[in-house]
Amino acid sequence: MSNDECRSPAASSLEPSVLSLDHQATGPLDYSLIPVREKLIERGLLLIAFSAVTMIFLIAFLIFRQGVPLVAKIGVWDFIASTHWAPSKGQFGILPMIVGSLEVTLSAVVVGATLGLSCATFLAEFAPRWSVRILKPMIELLAGIPSVVYGFIGVVVLVPLIRRVFGGPGFSVLASAIILGIMILPTVIAISLDAINAVPPLYKEGSLALGATRWQTLYRVQLPAARSGIIAAFTLGMGRASGETMAVIMVSGNALTMPTSVLEPVRTLTSNIALEMGYASGDHQAALFATGMVLFIIIAILNTIALVIARPRT
Amino acid sequence: MESVSNRMRMLFRSAVTLAWLALFVSPGCSRGSKNAITLAGSTSVEPFAELLAEHYMATHHGVDIRVQGGGSSAGVRAVASGICAIGMSSRELTPEEKGLTEIPIAHDAIALVVSAQNPVREMSMVQARDVFAGRIRSWKALGGPDQRITPITREEGSGTRASFDEKVMAAGMPRDKDGKVVPAGLAPDALVQNSNGSVREIVASDPAAIGYISSGLIDERTAAVLLDHVAPTEQAIRSGRYPVVRRFLFLTKGDAGGTAREFINYVLSDSGQRILEEEGLTPVK
Repeated sequence: MSNDECRSPAASSLEPSVLSLDHQATGPLDYSLIPVREKLIERGLLLIAFSAVTMIFLIAFLIFRQGVPLVAKIGVWDFIASTHWAPSKGQFGILPMIVGSLEVTLSAVVVGATLGLSCATFLAEFAPRWSVRILKPMIELLAGIPSVVYGFIGVVVLVPLIRRVFGGPGFSVLASAIILGIMILPTVIAISLDAINAVPPLYKEGSLALGATRWQTLYRVQLPAARSGIIAAFTLGMGRASGETMAVIMVSGNALTMPTSVLEPVRTLTSNIALEMGYASGDHQAALFATGMVLFIIIAILNTIALVIARPRT
Repeated sequence: MESVSNRMRMLFRSAVTLAWLALFVSPGCSRGSKNAITLAGSTSVEPFAELLAEHYMATHHGVDIRVQGGGSSAGVRAVASGICAIGMSSRELTPEEKGLTEIPIAHDAIALVVSAQNPVREMSMVQARDVFAGRIRSWKALGGPDQRITPITREEGSGTRASFDEKVMAAGMPRDKDGKVVPAGLAPDALVQNSNGSVREIVASDPAAIGYISSGLIDERTAAVLLDHVAPTEQAIRSGRYPVVRRFLFLTKGDAGGTAREFINYVLSDSGQRILEEEGLTPVK
């Protein structure tokens, strides 16, 4: 029925301005082709959508193909539970780096989530309009700063500060956490701000009408209602924090110890790959691929956990 | 409207053309004219090779010498696989890597460096080993203030690290049953940095830090530590009295010809060697 309408010349004369563009480009339109074209475009878009997934599988395949043989050779347990990493001596234990990665990522999320959620709440509920207009673009600007610049500021400002105030070498879990926490701020703020703004105003009005204070409304009604969006914000922030390399290499000290305090230096899985890739060959190179494999699995697990938590309660 | 979109199209086309041109003209190893060669490898040799290439190109027009980093091992691989005309290495070749032609271009001392504010300026090789192995943990044991030592090492695979392991970490170590000296392991909590430059920056800013870098890179904010009473001066390096010296190598596959040969000859000539000497290296002749 609708197709017939489309085909009628009356329809085209009704909307000459819309159709004129097409006429210029391709000559008179054959309206019978529209459904076919639409299908084609649909298929095309589907294909493009799947190319991203294909990429992930391809990357995973390549990493695993390089990494698995080495892990099989030295044993899974010796790889992920040994604390000795000395590839030139044939020791490939990455436990300190697994612990280091988790420690750095989680503490970065703590820093980023605290600052980010407070900032998003402020922007959504309390900030005067003029300050939102200044703050929001400023925060988005943070995302555009290259990570090497963050790392440089970390080395020049933050590390000496930590060394002076707390002692130790300054290159530490703490320095990495603060730098990464700031780096994930734009992600955390933008997404949790959207989530808070998406809460229907009725909730807030209802709560206030019942006599709840503004703080109670925010804490008991609005934030819980925005929960899945906020957790999505933390997850994406965590993803960025665990994958970040350059800034971390510069401020973490890259030592091969199991970090027992936040003031100690630490090496993350990503830094290990980036630090040694240039020189590596043979088993050493395979071990770095295997490091990437472990990182891949850890990120997949973290994301799954976050997705499960973020699933709306039924 | 029409003319604007036409202009846009032309702009776009010329941009695409330029991009293609850039793709073909720029790159990589061993492309381009006959007089272009590429050097790749050790980041320790790289700055010196760049300087030599600059001087050489200033007097030889039409010659193009490109210098890339990547590390000693990458340099060895690149020249062995024919990607580059000349590889640069700051460590000796391993038995598996032998077969390339080695051309020593200079000697370089690896200096133990501390901040200029650090009063400790002397230690024995064995003490140096113990500092990096984590057995000496306070500057007090070396005559300094009662402060924790922060040793800084290079990453696994670095040429500087390999030479340091072989000379300093092996100092005074017993031989194993095959008669081989096994170097002491580095302290796991030593900081790891991936360039001479960043080691120097940390040492310069932290009075408790100690690291090792090419002696030519010591500046006014850092000071060399005397090892077994010997400073890394030119005479000490030349006479072999300074204990931590390594060779900077150019590597070629078989005998180099053409531009590569001429460049190597220049580097080994008096003027080439003088440039290296001015930069703090010790000439091979």
